[in-house]
Amino acid sequence: MLEKTLSGDRRYWGWVFVLLAIMGLGFIFYLKQFGYGLGITGLSRDITWGLYIAQFTFLVGVAASAVMVVLPYYLHNYKAFGKITILGEFLAIPAVIMCMTFIFVDMGQPFRILNMFLHPTLNSMMFWDSVALGGYLVLNIIISHHTLTAERKGVPPKTWIKPIIILSIPWAISIHTVTAFLYSGLAARPFWLTAILAPRFLASAFSSGPALLILLCLVLKKLTRFDAGKEPVQKLAVIVTYAMAINIFFILMELFTAIYSDMPHHVSHFEYLFFGLQGDTTLVPFTWVSVILAVISLVMLLVPSVRRSEKTLAIACVAVFASIWIDKGLGMVITGFIPSPLGQVTPYWPTWPEFLISLAIYSFGLLLLTGLYKIALSVRKELPA
Amino acid sequence: MSMDRRKFMRVSGLAALGLAGGASRDLLAQETPPDTTRAPLTGSRWALVVDLRKCMAAGDCTDCSQACHRTHNVPEFDNPKDEIKWIWKESFEHVFEEQEHEFLEEALKHVKTPVLCNHCDNPPCVRVCPTQATWKREQDGIVMMDWHRCIGCRYCVLACPYGSRSFNWRDPRPFIKEIKPDFPTRSRGVVEKCTFCEERLARGLQPSCVEACKERALIFGDLEDPDSEVRRLLKERFTIRRKPGLGTQPEVYYMV
Repeated sequence: MLEKTLSGDRRYWGWVFVLLAIMGLGFIFYLKQFGYGLGITGLSRDITWGLYIAQFTFLVGVAASAVMVVLPYYLHNYKAFGKITILGEFLAIPAVIMCMTFIFVDMGQPFRILNMFLHPTLNSMMFWDSVALGGYLVLNIIISHHTLTAERKGVPPKTWIKPIIILSIPWAISIHTVTAFLYSGLAARPFWLTAILAPRFLASAFSSGPALLILLCLVLKKLTRFDAGKEPVQKLAVIVTYAMAINIFFILMELFTAIYSDMPHHVSHFEYLFFGLQGDTTLVPFTWVSVILAVISLVMLLVPSVRRSEKTLAIACVAVFASIWIDKGLGMVITGFIPSPLGQVTPYWPTWPEFLISLAIYSFGLLLLTGLYKIALSVRKELPA
Repeated sequence: MSMDRRKFMRVSGLAALGLAGGASRDLLAQETPPDTTRAPLTGSRWALVVDLRKCMAAGDCTDCSQACHRTHNVPEFDNPKDEIKWIWKESFEHVFEEQEHEFLEEALKHVKTPVLCNHCDNPPCVRVCPTQATWKREQDGIVMMDWHRCIGCRYCVLACPYGSRSFNWRDPRPFIKEIKPDFPTRSRGVVEKCTFCEERLARGLQPSCVEACKERALIFGDLEDPDSEVRRLLKERFTIRRKPGLGTQPEVYYMV
């Protein structure tokens, strides 16, 4: 099936070339980082994780969100998702690979990364996270490959695949739960030390992921002969609405506990996010943009007529995605370090190499996604002739 | 980007190191030549007591950190972003946030307090490390570091509630004033911290910070030995530890 990615029109090759060019640029900067060390980034003694790990965290959510189409389709036999389930699974695969790449570029000694498996450490959440992510990648490759091959041959999928699909459902939940455990088990960092972190991660994943899937369906409809149909897109919109409402609810829970208890260690981080701390207001505009986008998108999604129009639904989905990207891909990780355990505020902002390397990894993901979607649509002969 | 032979060797060497993992570490670990003149200092629970009153009297003295950083080839960077510290001084109100109040004794309020790895009995850094590159040594409780196994994920830096761990953001070697050949230098991309001078204890010497302190404000000893000076001090004087509520059980005690 892979050969399907090797033929395409000018538009396809143009797009592939742009992505490859960004990847090439990012790779050059990675070589620079490799030569100099991670000091080339904006990270410092006090801010030890930044843009890379934040993208990893955000993308684990995108990967896990495939379960929002897999579960209704396979567990509840919700037929309307039949057409888009493969798109969900094919979104999860590049998302996991991007996660792994972000982890790789964040390592101080990348060539020693296998030490994680040479000396497996059961008490380290990082070990479990790599097991969960690796397993999820394998599950999704097996499942999507098998179901798509069956579809191409016009035969029903074999029965042995069913338990593997069922297994992938709790597995999807587990990848994001364990990712939250990376943070929520650290006594040193009060901002993350909250039992609601994993549920919050899941809620934000199940709104941002399906929002992205809706946008992808709409883009495919424009560019190809593929049409997901009204019903599945609307059903996804309902899922995004519920998940976004729950996500906002969880954030408010978090704010209540921190602010009402008024414990300085808990309040100071939120103070940094919303108003700035000791003069450092780097994230303040982002936080408010995220809040405003979250509110606007939820209101839009809650109004049935707005949700039903594909145009306005697309705007709401972009707002959901952007709001959650700021929340998870920027605020969540950085704020955990400010103030530091010694009460200091060290500003952080990604450097150009750091930004370009991240952009290249996203391009890599988009390239994989393009290839996989091309395979899926070619099998279904839904591509323009 | 061209790659010369040396660079290629370096890259492939690193790759081999990563693959060989555990085996390579024993080969590469730089061994200190055994000093036959003194018997090693042995203990089963090393601890450090800091006499803040004596430290206060010395004002802005930084003998301890200078001695430590010299002994251990700790680099000096101009940019605080790259900084590496094993033992250094912070204001009392930052070190003991919980103890701080508006009318805190004037002298204490601004006293520069030495801080270092606490060699916790229940170290969160060890719990999170995915490769066991940092571990608690069973025989004496020192929280150790293996710079050849560390993958540089910096998870331990996040887990440490005391900010005691530093990461080599760039190659430290050009920034070491005078390289001491009897202690390893580190490469970029690994985490490091105080190891209670385990290499000096093995040669029968006190930790270098303790030795360097003219005020005798740092007292090192074995808490399991009932006759040790540290035990006597803890029995007779009021001492506090950093962030006791976190359950890490630090082994650095402060007399105020």
